[in-house]
Amino acid sequence: MKTAEEILGIIKSALPDARVELVQNPSPSAQHSLLLSPASAVAVASFLRDDRELALDYCSNATGVDWPGKEVTEKVKVTRLVEGVETVVEETVKRVAPGYLEAVYHLYSMKHAHREIAGPVVLRMRTANRTDQVQLPSLTPVWRSAEFQEREIFDLFGIVFTGHPDLRRILMWDEFEDHPMRRDYVDPDDYEYEPTPHDEVLKRAETSKSAQAGATA
Amino acid sequence: MAVETDLKIELGKQGVFVTTVSEIYNWGRRNSVWPMQFGLACCAIEMIATTMARYDLARFGAEVFRPSPRQADLMIISGTITKKMAPQVVRLYNQMAEPRYVIAMGACAISGGPFKQGYNVLKGIDRYIPVDVHIPGCPPRPEALIHAFMTLQARIDAQPLTGAERPRHLDAEAQGFFPIPEQGAHDLEPPVNRLVWPLPAPVTVSKSGENCG
Repeated sequence: MKTAEEILGIIKSALPDARVELVQNPSPSAQHSLLLSPASAVAVASFLRDDRELALDYCSNATGVDWPGKEVTEKVKVTRLVEGVETVVEETVKRVAPGYLEAVYHLYSMKHAHREIAGPVVLRMRTANRTDQVQLPSLTPVWRSAEFQEREIFDLFGIVFTGHPDLRRILMWDEFEDHPMRRDYVDPDDYEYEPTPHDEVLKRAETSKSAQAGATA
Repeated sequence: MAVETDLKIELGKQGVFVTTVSEIYNWGRRNSVWPMQFGLACCAIEMIATTMARYDLARFGAEVFRPSPRQADLMIISGTITKKMAPQVVRLYNQMAEPRYVIAMGACAISGGPFKQGYNVLKGIDRYIPVDVHIPGCPPRPEALIHAFMTLQARIDAQPLTGAERPRHLDAEAQGFFPIPEQGAHDLEPPVNRLVWPLPAPVTVSKSGENCG
């Protein structure tokens, strides 16, 4: 089985125009993945499927990940004039890293019958942001098994797959507007009756109680 | 007006059978409650086990599971009701003929159970349709379902045929249709049928964390 680095090398030599990066996994599993740019994703995916040596002809799993924007503090070394002398000073800079949505695909090779495969080959694609530019190219034309799972990603995360043959909600009803697996999803508050509240529900009960007390006072 | 038991036995010895209309009417009703054949989740496996030879629900006159709501008297809500499924469950209930009964089987059917905080799970079917017997458990054992069934039979038996406590099918004014919730943009609309499920008193939380409401 080839590692993600080796597959990246094969892609680079076969498709020099494709923009593919390696995403390192620092955990002991070391399950590194390949980050495809949306523009060249279908070409790379078709290559991975059709290449005789790789023959990644089976997409076993497709899922989504929501990465909300977060504030990052970084230590930056800046040269400053301190008492007339130029010295290198460390400064902490805060910036907001923009969030994005991610689609993850796990690939195996049926042709090679998993003989040499330790784990799946992991592909990732990232949207430009989480609000209006959430389009990604669908990989269903390459691996048919991704069809329902891309519909599920569309339903729960709100990634719009262009080129998907039948992009509809699959789990929630058609009139539903939210995307429940996003980190900022707020579920409808129908906890009005709770005999033994605890944790999150207890917090909600306390806020509603204080709101009621404020209304009666 | 019940017949005295001693008198009944004495008359029975003479070959005379004495009863009241409500007694024989309820006897007939309670001994042929036909459940509807549908299951929603894993509780349905226990429901199936209840009907099989080992537990044998047929002993209670409920062996005939009807595949149509129009022929069924009892709806056993056996499992999790998702918000996508809830309108269909209410619609099936509306299609059942009176007299009709509901057993909410298991933690999910009575409150949402382990999935209560999920965005897609209805927090108890009693928000939309009246439930006669609730059984806790995850899932409840067949004995629990049989106990619920016997409880339901006792309830049917105790029902008077006249007066304010009479069953719904003998009350011309009674509400027979239960509004089917719409699937809205964020939740079911309305989230609860207030006629069936009046708003309980708000939860009061004391500082010690004890629930005194």
